[in-house]
Amino acid sequence: MTSSPAVAPPVSAKPVRRPGDLIFSGTALAAGLLILVALAAVAVFLVGESIPALGVKKADLPVGFSTFLEYAGPLVFGTVWAALLALVIAVPLSLGIALFISHYAPRRVARGLGYVIDLLAAVPSVVYGLWGITVLAPFVQPFYTFLNTYLGWVPFFSGSVSATGRTVLTVAVVLAVMVLPIITALCREVFLQTPRLQEEAAYALGATRWEMIRISVLPFGRAGIVSAVMLGLGRALGETLAVAMVLSPAVVVSFFVLTTQNPTTIAANIALQFPDSYGISVNVLIATGLVLFVITFVVNALARGIVSRTSVGRNN
Amino acid sequence: MATAAVGSGLRRSSLPKYSSLGLLAVSWVVMAGLFLIFLLAGMTAAYNLVGVVFFGTVLWAAAVWLISFLVEGSRKAKDRLVTALVTTAFVIALLPLVSLVETVLVRGVARFDVAFFSESMRNIVGAGGGGLHAIVGTLEITLGAAVISVPVGLLAAVYLVEYGRGAVARAITFLVDVMTGIPSIVAGLFAFALLSLVTGNPGYRSGFGGSVALSLLMIPIVVRSSEEMLKLVPNELREAAFALGVPRWLTIVKVVLPTALAGIVTGITLAIARVIGETAPLLLVAGYTTSMNYNLFSGPMVTLPVFSYTQYAQPGVDPVPSIDRAWTSALVLILIVLLLNLAARIIARFFAPKMASR
Amino acid sequence: MHTPSKGIPLKHLRASLAIGTALTAMIALSSCASNESTPAASGSGSAASSTGTLSGQLNGQGSSAQGNAQTQWIKDFQTANSGVTINYNPVGSGAGRTAFESGGAQYAGSDTYLSDAEVKGTFALCNGQGIDLPDYISPIALAFNVKGVTALKLDATTIAKIFSGKITTWNDPAIKALNSGVSLPSTKIDPVHRSDKSGTTHNLTDYLNKTAPSVWTAAGADAFPFKTGEGAQGTSGVVAAIKGGNGTIGYIDNSQVGSLPVAQIKVGSTYVTPSADGAAAAAEAGTVASGRDASDFAIDVNRTTTDSKQYPITLISNLIVCKQYKDPAIGKVVSAYATYVTSTEGQAAAAKVAGSAPMSAALIAKVQAVAKAIK
Repeated sequence: MTSSPAVAPPVSAKPVRRPGDLIFSGTALAAGLLILVALAAVAVFLVGESIPALGVKKADLPVGFSTFLEYAGPLVFGTVWAALLALVIAVPLSLGIALFISHYAPRRVARGLGYVIDLLAAVPSVVYGLWGITVLAPFVQPFYTFLNTYLGWVPFFSGSVSATGRTVLTVAVVLAVMVLPIITALCREVFLQTPRLQEEAAYALGATRWEMIRISVLPFGRAGIVSAVMLGLGRALGETLAVAMVLSPAVVVSFFVLTTQNPTTIAANIALQFPDSYGISVNVLIATGLVLFVITFVVNALARGIVSRTSVGRNN
Repeated sequence: MATAAVGSGLRRSSLPKYSSLGLLAVSWVVMAGLFLIFLLAGMTAAYNLVGVVFFGTVLWAAAVWLISFLVEGSRKAKDRLVTALVTTAFVIALLPLVSLVETVLVRGVARFDVAFFSESMRNIVGAGGGGLHAIVGTLEITLGAAVISVPVGLLAAVYLVEYGRGAVARAITFLVDVMTGIPSIVAGLFAFALLSLVTGNPGYRSGFGGSVALSLLMIPIVVRSSEEMLKLVPNELREAAFALGVPRWLTIVKVVLPTALAGIVTGITLAIARVIGETAPLLLVAGYTTSMNYNLFSGPMVTLPVFSYTQYAQPGVDPVPSIDRAWTSALVLILIVLLLNLAARIIARFFAPKMASR
Repeated sequence: MHTPSKGIPLKHLRASLAIGTALTAMIALSSCASNESTPAASGSGSAASSTGTLSGQLNGQGSSAQGNAQTQWIKDFQTANSGVTINYNPVGSGAGRTAFESGGAQYAGSDTYLSDAEVKGTFALCNGQGIDLPDYISPIALAFNVKGVTALKLDATTIAKIFSGKITTWNDPAIKALNSGVSLPSTKIDPVHRSDKSGTTHNLTDYLNKTAPSVWTAAGADAFPFKTGEGAQGTSGVVAAIKGGNGTIGYIDNSQVGSLPVAQIKVGSTYVTPSADGAAAAAEAGTVASGRDASDFAIDVNRTTTDSKQYPITLISNLIVCKQYKDPAIGKVVSAYATYVTSTEGQAAAAKVAGSAPMSAALIAKVQAVAKAIK
């Protein structure tokens, strides 16, 4: 669209360029480019520090691994697995909460409720970690024993049950609680922006509240929902301290969610191993950081692809 | 919401007003009985109250659907089911929140005293001392990170939504996504490498380094959330402004940004809450100290999470004073974030355009 | 968002602004923490060396095991020398050594001594090489939490089998054989190890590898080598895990045992309880690694000792410093600090707050001579 006033220019005419516009768009572009530069610098740093790790010798890796890829593989699995479990718990809950606040709760109450959920975002990782080991893990342990005893035939629940409850499922719950406010807050804001006319049009057609949400609110918010979930996923993939404190980790590939040998995540592994690492072991850890970078890259590319294929172009 | 009257009562009968609540009570009672049988049968070691509430609520959702289906028809039934599920989701989310707040309050209150807000840990071993140095560090480092991240992030979002076309915009969008995947410890290592390179000091430690590391984690959240909010501003508003001859930049500043402000502020507070609790990167680049340091640009500085974590991880022979300090710092940190949230909301409300309803 | 149509109540805003300003002002005005406002009167502490005229700032980094002891030493030293500020950053031994070697820290604390390769490498702040001075000795206890069991005797092979997952229940014949008269339940054993790299793990695995090589095939290392049992972060995490489950056993710094029962370890033909005296004796009897500078005390504990006075699972943490600093001003402060840390008073102070084992008089004498000679 053009921004020129008064005279109606032909569509193809160049819009009038104002100095204010130039300065403003220039600044905005500069901010964008700054992000590019910063990220490029991080990437260069990561790659530079990672290169020595590719040729790492068996002696410098933990016992039982002979190449870097062998070591990184289970870590990749663990990272994705924990984040996936967390999202499976968090996404339905978040959407439910966001809808509850935006379209179900009485308006006077809604604002307060939104604030209460935002409170969860205000809780720092350390606290989640402390809460996870001192409160949540002992609390869920009896459930795990129960699941293991009576539902052990479900593949996920078999294996030898943890005596302390510090398993990947507990971590997934903690992560879910951590990403929940992020996803909820964004979705809520998006849902609230649904054009009023669309909602009323749906009601006018005799739709129930759920039908109205399905035909007007959700389609309108789809791209926003995906963005929110991606932000949540980013947090779940990269969360360090809470995972490091709560999880009983091992560098393994395992689908059992109730045992003491849990696949660990890249970020937590770095945090655990870094302080006492020296020399090339540090490079190995940074290289796993690069791998996490790549995972995020891939996941986001997939998500973007899905959005652009399914969404019916909103504004832009 | 004006829904109650729509589409009901023409052909089908509808359920009485409070039938849903009554059903909930019945479901809980049924589950309470079931779990009592479990207990008596020896399947569970102790009576499981949370299980009763949880499975009772699940049973309720199913029952609501079934009864409504029989009485009111499938559309109404589905609507009631979703209402039940959505409410349940909210209640489930409240459980960990209540537990967390209770835990932090109960354990943090022990050292929530004057000394905690007026003393540092310099020359303190064992009991006593406080977290003033960490409170100051938290405020300064986070403020520093926000000062870097908010303008950059917001402007980048404006660029992406209002100006960005073609390869550059796509690249930025994509790289911002990737940026959400920087492991926090790598951000710390990077900030340390960068600043020690720039200053030529291999032992570089300062709060500012912490700010730089945190901005790397904060910027993508600011961009992503602001971008979504800006996209939601109806194009009609922009077009109306253009039609009045308002320059584009002024339209953005005066119309687009204020309209999206509430959402943007929510995003920024989320971003702050996300980074204010970081620990690992700060240990690397901001260092560790037990003394006061007001200078963001020189000397090691600690933040509350770092303080809390070290107090938890390295208790003395008598761990109680340390652990108490750890919980109190966690409590203070949550309070600080709450205050920031509150302040942000008030600011947002002050500047937001006056809209009808909503 | 859902803004009420009337606009904001201005009063409300003013009030909150006022609160915010007041808060900021309060923090800014209390320009100094109250415990820092009065500089310690010089000469109030006689603990440190008599040179109360020192000044300068030292930044140390490294072992978190030493964290509490360092806090105490720094307090004493700063009290005696009010012109000195020391910051110790407990980032971890490896990170500490890296920083020291690159010149990022004036001294390091490390749970493992400098490797041969590191000794041959460069030290940015030193003329010549860096040296290890033992400053923190601590016995590592095997604490357990098994309902109904309050005392437990174990030998190296059994410990190795427990932690490598070869013994899985508490009433295993191997454990029963060592504990006649104790009724052991059939509970599953949940061995808890450190999930982070640590000097504690290094010492335990080195002990097991040397005393039970046929079971414990992996050499001593900072990272737990087997994929068995449960991992937990840091000593605090291991303690929480041991307390949090039934049938758990884990290895932790003896000072953090608290109310948990501790296993006795078979040394020679007797069973030894971890103690400060046993650890100090083990450190004194240890052999100094050969082929190094005479002032480098890289001590290896004799794990296979049969002397029941020694407790063989003992951690020796070191202060890593330059023998000669390029900057003599730093050397002077480091020398004074290292001298205090390794003195009888310094060791006693650490024992009080951190529960470490004070070094024996003979070892103190040797280390002190080197510390005083740092330039």
